[in-house]
Amino acid sequence: MPAPIRLRELIRTIRTARTQAEEREMIQKECAAIRSSFREEDNTYRCRNVAKLLYMHMLGYPAHFGQLECLKLIASQKFTDKRIGYLGAMLLLDERQDVHLLMTNCIKNDLNHSTQYVQGLALCTLGCMGSSEMCRDLAGEVEKLLKTSNSYLRKKAALCAVHVIRKVPELMEMFLPATKNLLNEKNHGVLHTSVVLLTEMCERSPDMLAHFRKLVPQLVRILKNLIMSGYSPEHDVSGISDPFLQVRILRLLRILGRNDDDSSEAMNDILAQVATNTETSKNVGNAILYETVLTIMDIKSESGLRVLAINILGRFLLNNDKNIRYVALTSLLKTVQTDHNAVQRHRSTIVDCLKDLDVSIKRRAMELSFALVNGNNIRGMMKELLYFLDSCEPEFKADCASGIFLAAEKYAPSKRWHIDTIMRVLTTAGSYVRDDAVPNLIQLITNSVEMHAYTVQRLYKAILGDYSQQPLVQVAAWCIGEYGDLLVSGQCEEEEPIQVCLVTLG
Amino acid sequence: MQFMLLFSRQGKLRLQKWYVPLSDKEKKKITRELVQTVLARKPKMCSFLEWRDLKIVYKRYASLYFCCAIEDQDNELITLEIIHRYVELLDKYFGSVCELDIIFNFEKAYFILDEFLLGGEVQETSKKNVLKAIEQADLLQEKTEYVSQQEVLWV
Repeated sequence: MPAPIRLRELIRTIRTARTQAEEREMIQKECAAIRSSFREEDNTYRCRNVAKLLYMHMLGYPAHFGQLECLKLIASQKFTDKRIGYLGAMLLLDERQDVHLLMTNCIKNDLNHSTQYVQGLALCTLGCMGSSEMCRDLAGEVEKLLKTSNSYLRKKAALCAVHVIRKVPELMEMFLPATKNLLNEKNHGVLHTSVVLLTEMCERSPDMLAHFRKLVPQLVRILKNLIMSGYSPEHDVSGISDPFLQVRILRLLRILGRNDDDSSEAMNDILAQVATNTETSKNVGNAILYETVLTIMDIKSESGLRVLAINILGRFLLNNDKNIRYVALTSLLKTVQTDHNAVQRHRSTIVDCLKDLDVSIKRRAMELSFALVNGNNIRGMMKELLYFLDSCEPEFKADCASGIFLAAEKYAPSKRWHIDTIMRVLTTAGSYVRDDAVPNLIQLITNSVEMHAYTVQRLYKAILGDYSQQPLVQVAAWCIGEYGDLLVSGQCEEEEPIQVCLVTLG
Repeated sequence: MQFMLLFSRQGKLRLQKWYVPLSDKEKKKITRELVQTVLARKPKMCSFLEWRDLKIVYKRYASLYFCCAIEDQDNELITLEIIHRYVELLDKYFGSVCELDIIFNFEKAYFILDEFLLGGEVQETSKKNVLKAIEQADLLQEKTEYVSQQEVLWV
């Protein structure tokens, strides 16, 4: 019996297929060969066959018949087998199938293996796809490894613990003792994963949160060291030391400082330091600034610090990098209610973003613009928003129209301005206006007694030109019906009297 | 991170790492829709988009799209750095990596990813340490194959 074709040979062969049918034929042939090889319980080539199966699975072909084979590979003593076996388990098995539980014992053994790379495979698999049952069974092993001095395993155990907690929140308590000295580690991998673990625990439990507040000074110290330390080649990214760790620490500080004056005060200085000293020329520095801004805005920070944060966002808005502009708009949207005046200062830049080419940026700029409209800026803002309504993509028009109606209702400087604005919306984006707009409009017109003549005249003129937009026609028809006498008698003082002809609306 | 997908400009999947439990059918549906959405994006658009209730961060490196789905509280900009770090790791391991390397050595791409991320979070922030771990694991693989006294039977 010839040895089964090697993986890379198979890949090469499959790639020569010129049609989908040809590929399917090759795959079916190979699957048949693999199936009979599995039936023969061939230990030697099981690894190779499962690897090929995983390739075919990625192409979209069914591979469920390989699931049990993955388990056999995991149970093998050979590292090669385990590597592919665990990979196969992560790709082919999922917790909805009972089959996955058969892995539990193997994983338990491998968590206690003498080789750290095998332990690593087990931790990785458990941390990626462990079901609640598996997590319950193996939490104790993970907790043990969380206390090991081997940093390679400790960092993996920390993230595995995160997964366990996500799956079975009641188990969180058992990891508490092991967290005691996590932040004393020098190893960045362990530090990073520890911070992730602490974050998860604090987010889920107010008690844990209260318990871990005492770590704020230590976190501040670690962050300070990262910023002040000289060049560290191992963790350097464009002149910044371990940005991943910096970002996670800032996020944990956010959670710890929220609603707590003392903690917020303790982190005030370091936040100001990061906010002012971080290099902004590359994405990595801006990533840290972004996280810093989010933290400043969420904790009980001094007003000076908050203004600093908003100004960073303002500078982000002017950045050439559209990604930076995007996150700036998202963040400003979150803070516009609480720090309204500070955000108002950046209104013109925000309005400029309405002209951006990117749809996501435009949407946020639109939402933010509406949030910034007030009695003082209504005229100027409405001009920009009406222009936007005119030129924007169809997907925006309905929301924009609704937003304009709302803003006009709240802040209209005069009745005439209000009606003019509504008219403008109906004529430029009439077909996108929401159904409830028509009765609301009619109500508005009814209540503006002194504007009846003006309104009916303008509406009449509007539909003379074009009666394809239904809401416009509906409102106009109603108006003409109600105030037709005013129209015919030319009683409007503001406009020239017009010749009214009877128009049959087809 | 909920999942990471690598796909070509023709929409062919090169790697899929899922950190949330979903059926094969659901994964296929998500993959198909997301790939379509990302491929339809113009070059001038930003790297982020909202899709269902997730934030999607994507970046194209040569002929491969790297696409991650992150949660609301995750930092989009640092996710770009995570993607970039993974690309650097692949580049260092394969020596000037290209799509063909990922196609023919997909299992290695997974091994490297699994030394860098675990459960959707970064487990190691030092490039050197990730590569060292992979190197050692590869050596261990060769050693055990040799010991089994057969011709190196690796896949």
